Amino acid sequence: MNETAHPNSFRNQPDDRGHFGQFGGRYVSETLMPLILDLEKEYVKAKSDPAFKEEFEDLLANYVGRPSPLYYAERLTEELRKDAPEGMGAQVWFKRDELNHTGAHKINNCIGQILLAVRMGKTRIIAETGAGQHGVATATVAARFGLPCVVYMGAKDVERQQPNVFRMRLLGAEVKAVKAGAATLKDAMNEALRDWVANVHDTFYIIGTAAGPHPYPELVRDFQSVIGKEAREQLLERTGRLPDLLVAAIGGGSNAIGLFHPFLDDPSVKMLGVEAAGHGLDKDHAASLAGGSPGVLHGNKTYLLQDEDGQIVEGHSISAGLDYPGIGPEHSWLKETGRVDYTSATDKEALDAFQLLCRTEGIIPALEPSHAIAAVVKVAREMPRDAIICANLCGRGDKDIFTVADALGVEL
Amino acid sequence: MTRLANAFGKPHPALVCFVTAGDGPTDAVLDALVEGGADVIELGMPFTDPMADGPAIQLANLRALGKGTKTADVFRIATEFRARHPEVPLVLMGYANPMIHRGADWFADQCAKAGVDGVICVDTPPEEDAELGPFLRDAGIATIRLATPTTDAARLPQVLETATGFLYYVSVAGITGLQQAATASIEEAVSRLKAGTDLPVAVGFGVRTPEQAGAIAKVADGVVVGSALVELVGQHGDDAPAKVRELTAALANAVHSAKETAA
Repeated sequence: MNETAHPNSFRNQPDDRGHFGQFGGRYVSETLMPLILDLEKEYVKAKSDPAFKEEFEDLLANYVGRPSPLYYAERLTEELRKDAPEGMGAQVWFKRDELNHTGAHKINNCIGQILLAVRMGKTRIIAETGAGQHGVATATVAARFGLPCVVYMGAKDVERQQPNVFRMRLLGAEVKAVKAGAATLKDAMNEALRDWVANVHDTFYIIGTAAGPHPYPELVRDFQSVIGKEAREQLLERTGRLPDLLVAAIGGGSNAIGLFHPFLDDPSVKMLGVEAAGHGLDKDHAASLAGGSPGVLHGNKTYLLQDEDGQIVEGHSISAGLDYPGIGPEHSWLKETGRVDYTSATDKEALDAFQLLCRTEGIIPALEPSHAIAAVVKVAREMPRDAIICANLCGRGDKDIFTVADALGVEL
Repeated sequence: MTRLANAFGKPHPALVCFVTAGDGPTDAVLDALVEGGADVIELGMPFTDPMADGPAIQLANLRALGKGTKTADVFRIATEFRARHPEVPLVLMGYANPMIHRGADWFADQCAKAGVDGVICVDTPPEEDAELGPFLRDAGIATIRLATPTTDAARLPQVLETATGFLYYVSVAGITGLQQAATASIEEAVSRLKAGTDLPVAVGFGVRTPEQAGAIAKVADGVVVGSALVELVGQHGDDAPAKVRELTAALANAVHSAKETAA
């Protein structure tokens, strides 16, 4: 990594117009612009308001169950050392964000955004969801604050994620199946934007990942940074030093930016984001950084899967949560600056890692962090035994058992 | 841009008609719009993710892309239109990504070569004008801005700063084709906009019938009709041009005579 070419800090993005280098920005229709500007003003105020911070932290502690544990995966570490070269095989630690209320990191951000919605006097909540984890987290906070909630979900995802659809309905949310376009996450996001533009006066849109128009990428990152702040403290306390490598899966990239951001100015800490390579990078995949190019979609400029005319191409991943043809703009910037390395894992590699973690640690991970674990499996053997890897276990796998059974040819 | 000024300089309000490029027999549909009396043509550039559009135009986008419509086809349609109709202004309307994908300079150059008079980019607000606007204006292409019911007095000057050609007032906070605003609120909004600019103001979103168009034409410089025409193309396919000509003629009649009956 070439440190001389770097800015003084990697932690002071975006600029005041919401740009991370050439990425980010506010590419929305005029109807939404005044609202986006309002949200930005309100967020700036909230950030410096001790009462906001106090309520956010109280809910994270007593409702979400934070801090999440930091766990040394001893058996996985030993398993990987078995076929590692002499003296190699790094220690693998997990940040256990799958133990949060609702089973994933998504709730951290939803708590922050619903507090903003309440401050802004909004009385109706909307959200988009792919796998349903963000939808469940949004329905959860909407129930907790007594606000009506509509979740847009691609009709295909509604079909393949029935348990989460039922969870959202139990929590009082209305789930609207989106049949437009390809009927997956990007179309759900289009439909949520259409709802928002027609209901700007009373509606708050809780975006689930660190993407969308400014200030969403910034505020989602800030709310999710609790992951990295805790991990940094916990690692220092337990190991007496900073980790050598952080690893996280990336769809839109909110769990990854949440883990990475507090460490960005620690030059000794390397970072690895893991995209979904689906059937392979030369076939159907969802790896926007590896297989895409910069463009504009859903309010921001970032790497996108697109064709030669700038038409958006559908992503594919066995993990519905990674199945999105874009990525948060800060990741695009971190890739271009070289501060973070990005790689990818295929459906098959993720499935293998999923099973490995089940058997070695008694943890059923979601398919999203299974991609991160797949990358850990590859790199841990190439790092010395005293090296420390911390990976984000950002979701639990209960929701994925049907998908996994299907992929393994098991009938439930 | 002169063509746009001429269209809005006529003694009557302008009828602005939108259809999606590559949907149905586009060349014949465009001719039908001109024959019916449209003063300005908006040609939609199809996009996979038309976030600001209602069901009618979403489906038109998918039909056009499903038939394999490429950016090159959009410019072929525009170029041939310009050859057949040297005086009728043509505006491209669409989303940022297909416009900037090969570079904004490339896009502006293609627009100029094809005889395009202006561009409406739905998801590039004044804050992101640098992405596309300067390239278009340097090439003599109008950058037509949208103003909406949420564009307040504090923000309006910023919208107007980079607006050329005409101003498109989106009369409802919402997506294309669904509801219509009350004429009184439109009149108030148009006079507010005209206090800040000499540009003509065209009003659109949710205008479907000659009656609605005529009522709006009384208080605006132009009326935009899109979804109702696009639906005809969707329903009638190859037989659409006759239907489109018929509706356009009725709309033109109502719009062009609106200010006479108002006096």
